[in-house]
Amino acid sequence: MSETDLQTIFDRKIENEVKIEPKDWMPDAYRKNVLRQMAQHAHSEVVGMLPEGNWITRAPSMRRKVALLAKIQDEAGHGLYLYSAAETLGTDRERLVLDLLEGKAKYSSIFNYPALTWADIGAVGWLVDGAAIVNQIMLQKTSYGPYSRAMIRICKEESFHQRQGYEILLTLCRGTEEQKAMAQDALNRFWWPSLMMFGPSDKDSPHSAQSMAWKVKRMGNDDLRQKFIDQTVKQADFLGLTIPDPDLKWNEEKGQYDWGQIDWEEFYNVIKGNGPCNKERLAARQAAYDNGAWVREAATAYANKRAQRRDKDAA
Amino acid sequence: MERKDWPLWEVFVRSKAGLSHKHSGSLHAPDAEMAISNARDVYTRRNEGVSIWVVESKHIHSTLETDSESMFDPNEDKIYRHPTFYDIPDEVGHM
Ligand SMILES: [Fe+2]
Ligand SMILES: [Fe+2]
Repeated sequence: MSETDLQTIFDRKIENEVKIEPKDWMPDAYRKNVLRQMAQHAHSEVVGMLPEGNWITRAPSMRRKVALLAKIQDEAGHGLYLYSAAETLGTDRERLVLDLLEGKAKYSSIFNYPALTWADIGAVGWLVDGAAIVNQIMLQKTSYGPYSRAMIRICKEESFHQRQGYEILLTLCRGTEEQKAMAQDALNRFWWPSLMMFGPSDKDSPHSAQSMAWKVKRMGNDDLRQKFIDQTVKQADFLGLTIPDPDLKWNEEKGQYDWGQIDWEEFYNVIKGNGPCNKERLAARQAAYDNGAWVREAATAYANKRAQRRDKDAA
Repeated sequence: MERKDWPLWEVFVRSKAGLSHKHSGSLHAPDAEMAISNARDVYTRRNEGVSIWVVESKHIHSTLETDSESMFDPNEDKIYRHPTFYDIPDEVGHM
């Protein structure tokens, strides 16, 4: 079949909402685009464990501790689902992991902010997972089959993440003045970085238009961000907390909230590596990789030994 | 075998007794035993399964997308393979 025919088949599939599967023909640029997005997503799940991992030993009760552990374990699983999906496009896992460690791959800018107080763990679950859910619900309909299936599985697991975070904040907000102030402080620090999670405005986003045309993404960054804001405001109201945006106001006509300006300079600065924790995060990933080497070697040696024993028994 | 040669395994999970195993995803592991134990941790954290199969991906053979017309289209005109092809009067009742 000629390349033009293959392109026509591909285009027709995209048009008719037929998923693209690993062995199907696809344009190189599509392969690259989906691979980049899935790898970034996988890295984000993995690096995302770090700010929360910081609080496991200091969780205020057993109930909070098991919940946080379970959530972080889920994120490790999400990383694996996504690395598996990325691998279907022909880049092996080791390469993807090394790209992150060598600073060649990006991950979500939000994880370069520290979790300073226990309330931050609440804010991360509520806002960071909340924003991720909005994005991931949209991605369940992505045109690349393995990515879509990974998203469906992930979305099933995410709702507990957001609820456990919100419950933490609810408890703090019903507690002492200091506890409520701690919750407000967490919201103050996490609100704007959470909005940045959706990425630059579509008009400034280099990949947005093409991703939408290929149906890799089904909604633009700005619409997703608006959706997140619209659904989060009343949750903040219920907590009795104030969203740190003086311009936030219901717009009756549009049926959505008007809101202020994102500090894009901060966003690009964090992406470039100058956020509060960029170096710490990469160092932690590198240390985990290095310190895990003996486990990988031991598992390999064990498998080799058992295989030899099997061969001997068979002989 | 080196670490980088850990094979890819496809994981199939039976969600409850009486149902078929269904593909859940994949993972790397040095051998079947470790593949199963990792599969339990990754794919059945919330009672999603009562039984797990793992199969090395390289052992799976599949139809090709380019073959799909010659493979599956011959079924299209065999409508007599479906129950609705046969006219049974309503009076006979459910059949
Ligand atoms: Fe996740
Ligand atoms: Fe999550």
